[in-house]
Amino acid sequence: MNHALILPILLPAVVGAVLVIVARHDALLARALSLTSSVLMLGIAIMLLVMASDGSVRSYALGAWPAPFGIVLALDRLSALMLVLTAVLGLGVLVYAVCGWDQRGRHFHPLFQFELMGINGAFLTGDFFNLFVFFEILLIASYGLMVHGGGGLRVKAGVQYVVTNLIGSSVFLIAVGMIYNVTGTLNMADLARVVPQVPAADQALLQTGAVLLLMVFAVKAALVPLHFWLPGTYANAPGPVAALFAIMTKVGAYSIIRLYVLAFGADAGEAAWLAAPWLLPAGLVTLVLGMTGVLAARSLGQMASFAVIGSMGMLLATVAVFTAQATSAALYYLIHSTLGAGALFLIADLVAERRGGQRDRLVAAPKFAQGGLIAGLFFVAAIAITGMPPLSGFIGKLLVLDGVRESAHAAWFWALILSTSLIAIIGFSRAGSIVFWKTHAQPAAAAPTRRSDAPALFAVGGLLACLVLLTVFAGQVHGWLELAAAQLYAPAGYIDAVLGTAQGVR
Amino acid sequence: MEFLVASAIGVMTAAGIYLVLRARTFPVVIGLSLLTYATNLFLFATGRLAINQPPVIAVNAVGYIDPLPQALVLTAIVISFGMTAVVVVMALRAYLETGNDHVDLPGDASPEASEDDWKQRGRRQQPPPARSGGGARA
Repeated sequence: MNHALILPILLPAVVGAVLVIVARHDALLARALSLTSSVLMLGIAIMLLVMASDGSVRSYALGAWPAPFGIVLALDRLSALMLVLTAVLGLGVLVYAVCGWDQRGRHFHPLFQFELMGINGAFLTGDFFNLFVFFEILLIASYGLMVHGGGGLRVKAGVQYVVTNLIGSSVFLIAVGMIYNVTGTLNMADLARVVPQVPAADQALLQTGAVLLLMVFAVKAALVPLHFWLPGTYANAPGPVAALFAIMTKVGAYSIIRLYVLAFGADAGEAAWLAAPWLLPAGLVTLVLGMTGVLAARSLGQMASFAVIGSMGMLLATVAVFTAQATSAALYYLIHSTLGAGALFLIADLVAERRGGQRDRLVAAPKFAQGGLIAGLFFVAAIAITGMPPLSGFIGKLLVLDGVRESAHAAWFWALILSTSLIAIIGFSRAGSIVFWKTHAQPAAAAPTRRSDAPALFAVGGLLACLVLLTVFAGQVHGWLELAAAQLYAPAGYIDAVLGTAQGVR
Repeated sequence: MEFLVASAIGVMTAAGIYLVLRARTFPVVIGLSLLTYATNLFLFATGRLAINQPPVIAVNAVGYIDPLPQALVLTAIVISFGMTAVVVVMALRAYLETGNDHVDLPGDASPEASEDDWKQRGRRQQPPPARSGGGARA
């Protein structure tokens, strides 16, 4: 057994606990520990990515309990990719947060580590009750992060967020119960083996459970009509936390890709491609609603939230085509939109911090410190997110348009993606001109005395640099993603790897 | 017994959903608790209902009951209990900081929330004036 598989969960768990106990009163130590852990995490994630690149699926049976009975972790290309993405975004956000945000409340760093632990666990686990547990870990940490720094409005938005997710958790458990009731297993690979043999009499229960589970993942992924919690939460969360949350919607997307290709895919008999008829229209509506929201937003934070919703719509509609080609395009877009949204939330926070009373609202305000540089960063992020050439958003959209060409609904995709891109461009240019250009028309305020926080700008620049790298190496990245998608659509390898360990250990 | 358990789950879920849709945080918290009770009971019932059967190996056992749902329920109870505590604390904090216990964010969209706000109305120490209609009630 390869113990490296559990490191992405173990490292943040241990560091988080140490941070709570040892570094509670020492800001410097907490920052150092947290940053070290995030850098190590990135190293581990890249190591796992290299390991997974050989095309085999690795599984890790916790406590050496054989697979359908014990809990397993499984690493394939998709999981490894998500781990690296989490580590990159996490490091960027943490570098930003240590410029001051982490001191505005207590326990930022432990919560941050536990959040990473939950996210990593959700990407690695091969058992869907365990998926529930990791969802809870990341949610509990996110409740704390969401209200970090306090303030009435933020706490109230936090209550809405907690209530929504608690209802989601209840539905998750009911769905898990239904599926377990019919199939008698909680292991995803074992589920994939059992689902085709479910008798017709039990199909109704199984499929209800599966669709309920899809609903839970849709809540996490902010799919219309379950997206309503996102704008309030993200726009009121602290900037760096909102940026980290950009990966949380992707946890929902990952779970959908994983479970509905593996267990309810081509071989599932009556339940084959169960998710597609729900996911595709919902995704397209989400795309339209999100991009329209960008146009209607009243603050940069809100605009970024709606951009996240729109990108989730496009991502999930593309996934819902359920072909390897479309999925590889969706995965490329997923990397791009996570990093882009993270950068955009950080930029919104940079603006809000510097403008004083106007915060990040889309109203004209006097000039602020480093306005030119931040405007440049915003410009790059906007180009990337709206999908204009030359950055990765353009390539992502191109891949998606190409990937769905064979689909029966290709006309819808083309029409909606192209028209919503235009709407998004209008929304972003409006916001950018109000925030960054109309400053000249305003009377100059007293020179802001804020010190320049180079690491914060560096963090935003770093995330945007990742987008540039993603553009430059688009060919190689997409080639790798095609292999990852092909691996997903050949679930036999995954099932053998997970259930095979059982025989190996015994 | 099946009928009893099933109707208990159904009634609790219905009551829970009704309460979760209320406008103030207290009924919402109670609704969430009911919903989690219903979920726990449902999860427990997925292992089939049977009386006097051991979950793990026992001498002289004629049959066994599935032990896994019981383990799942235990996990779910712990998580939902902790989460209820979290949501109570956050609701209390939101009440103290914003001045009202409505779930809605204060603003133009929810005039009721501003109407009930003790900070805005400056009646922190006084009992609320009697209202004639039930419009602003939860």
